[in-house]
Amino acid sequence: MKQNSVAERLFNGVIKENPTLVLTLGMCPTLAVTTSAMNGLGMGLTTTAVLALSNLIISLLRKFIPNRVRIPAFIVIVASFVTMVQLLLEAYLPSLNVALGVYIPLIVVNCIILGRAESYAYHNPPIPSFFDGLGMGIGFSIALTIIGAVRELLGTGAVFGYHILPDGYVNINIFVLAPGAFFVLAMLTAIQNFVKNKLAAKGKDVSKVGSGCSEDCASCSDTACSKRFYDAGAPVKNPEVNAAKKDKAKTEPKKAEEKSEEKSEETAEKKVKDKAGAVTEENNAEEVKTDEPEETEEKAEVKETEEKEGGEKDE
Amino acid sequence: MAEEKNVEKLYKISSNPHVRSKVTTGSIMLMVIIGLMPATGFGIFNFGIRAAFVVATCVASAVLTEFLSNLIFKKKQTIADLSAVVTGLLLALNLPVTIPLWMAALGSVFAIFVVKMLFGGIGQNFMNPALAARCFLLISFPSAMTAFETDAFTGATPLAALKAGEEINIQNMIIGKTAGTIGETSMISIIIGACFLILVGVIDLRIPASYLISFVAFIMVFGGHGADPGYIAAHLSGGGLMLGAFFMATDYTTRPITKWGQIFYGIFLGLLTGVFRIFGPGAEGVSYAIIIGNLIVPLIEKVTAPIPFGYTRKAFKAQQKGVK
Repeated sequence: MKQNSVAERLFNGVIKENPTLVLTLGMCPTLAVTTSAMNGLGMGLTTTAVLALSNLIISLLRKFIPNRVRIPAFIVIVASFVTMVQLLLEAYLPSLNVALGVYIPLIVVNCIILGRAESYAYHNPPIPSFFDGLGMGIGFSIALTIIGAVRELLGTGAVFGYHILPDGYVNINIFVLAPGAFFVLAMLTAIQNFVKNKLAAKGKDVSKVGSGCSEDCASCSDTACSKRFYDAGAPVKNPEVNAAKKDKAKTEPKKAEEKSEEKSEETAEKKVKDKAGAVTEENNAEEVKTDEPEETEEKAEVKETEEKEGGEKDE
Repeated sequence: MAEEKNVEKLYKISSNPHVRSKVTTGSIMLMVIIGLMPATGFGIFNFGIRAAFVVATCVASAVLTEFLSNLIFKKKQTIADLSAVVTGLLLALNLPVTIPLWMAALGSVFAIFVVKMLFGGIGQNFMNPALAARCFLLISFPSAMTAFETDAFTGATPLAALKAGEEINIQNMIIGKTAGTIGETSMISIIIGACFLILVGVIDLRIPASYLISFVAFIMVFGGHGADPGYIAAHLSGGGLMLGAFFMATDYTTRPITKWGQIFYGIFLGLLTGVFRIFGPGAEGVSYAIIIGNLIVPLIEKVTAPIPFGYTRKAFKAQQKGVK
């Protein structure tokens, strides 16, 4: 599939980077409102509408939103759509509105929406952004509906309000309560990982189907996660990514290269110190203290350089 | 000749450990089972033969679940260490005698599969499996789990009666001739089992004593009856307090390992139980208190980690911060 095509974006949202089961984003509504399949579906579709439209508008406005105030700007855009959706729900689906309650206004701070705006819509043209939001929303809806259906089935013996288990079935109340949400979500994620591992064992390429914040998923590689996890001194998990970074450093001017080498040396030293720290004496405390300011400076530098890199990419 | 032999023994070279204890997991678990026998026996005597069926169901399904999950996870069989038997037995002692047998079996499956095996098997569970299963059943089937009415006993459990301000017979409570779960009613038989465990060195008094003392202190201050011995005795012998203090809170996997940590842990459990019993909506609070206590055990251990020989307190703290 072609990068950024409509189908690729939809596939990405529903399967590859499913926000609930793969990225584990938006856990608050996932755990709180999925007491029944209907609630899950309603929450999912509401979020989908907000996600797709806000992605579209943010993408259209991406050249006008200043980098420094982008988060407040995103929130204003998202909040307007949430208000609209809530008024529509109040007018046409009052029962669903009551069932979802406070979680409708809370869509404003749903991290899937802010995450997609930040990592995709802000850097990409409107059409793919719209379908990115749509795909993510559909993936979210499917996951929430499944969780809701399982909880409703075990907790009340019904799915979408229709009783399907025999009358002799004794409801296991815990599944409609908060702990049940954790059980079901954990089981679904486990099944997802199990299937993934089976595919990997058969030799199918599943490296692109990352779980959590693995380095290979597209939305993570150039956004918040990378900065958080690739701090100076922090060991990089994926050697390939590490190598790629080194290559990048080589192509840049000599100064950068020298810097990065210094950094790696320093980190090596620090590691040795840390190891030594396990057996040393009092002045170790002072050493650690003196280390800290340097480290923060380094971090700041790395962040700056990475941001520059990111900016170059976008252009 | 004899001397030569001794010399040979002395100079036998091997890597450490050089001295081995004969205590194994299995032998400790066997001691715990023996310690639980008086309470189990009294439960069966008190509630009739159905109690024996509940116990048998719980133990059998716990062992079977551990066997099957070891097969599924392709791990070494661990049923021989008897820990599943202990879990099943403890769960059964925490159930009312009227419970449907399939619920008892479901509880065992939850205890062993979800709480124990999914987290890595024996020694890896973060929460007491039997108590977690009891709370799971209590939340899932509240009516079946609080159906204490039997042919022998009608009416509320003594703790519920106490909370409602009704008259209670303390002598019956101490002997155990009251309504309640299978193993919790008889204070005397639990204490006999606990004394056995303390004598053979399986448990020590740190957790139970700090638990019971802090609990008594709490109800003396907040219970509204002051130091009334009848009220305190009723609270001590009623509900699952004794069973919890001697057999559940002292579970090796889920208690703190440091000495001071165990004392803090006991005090924390005592206060929490007091809060649940006096200010909570229900009459009982031991099981919730212990599983909440299990959750803060890592924090307790971190705070009470002993200073290694040769360190000063300052250097040790600094090093801990550095590791972070």
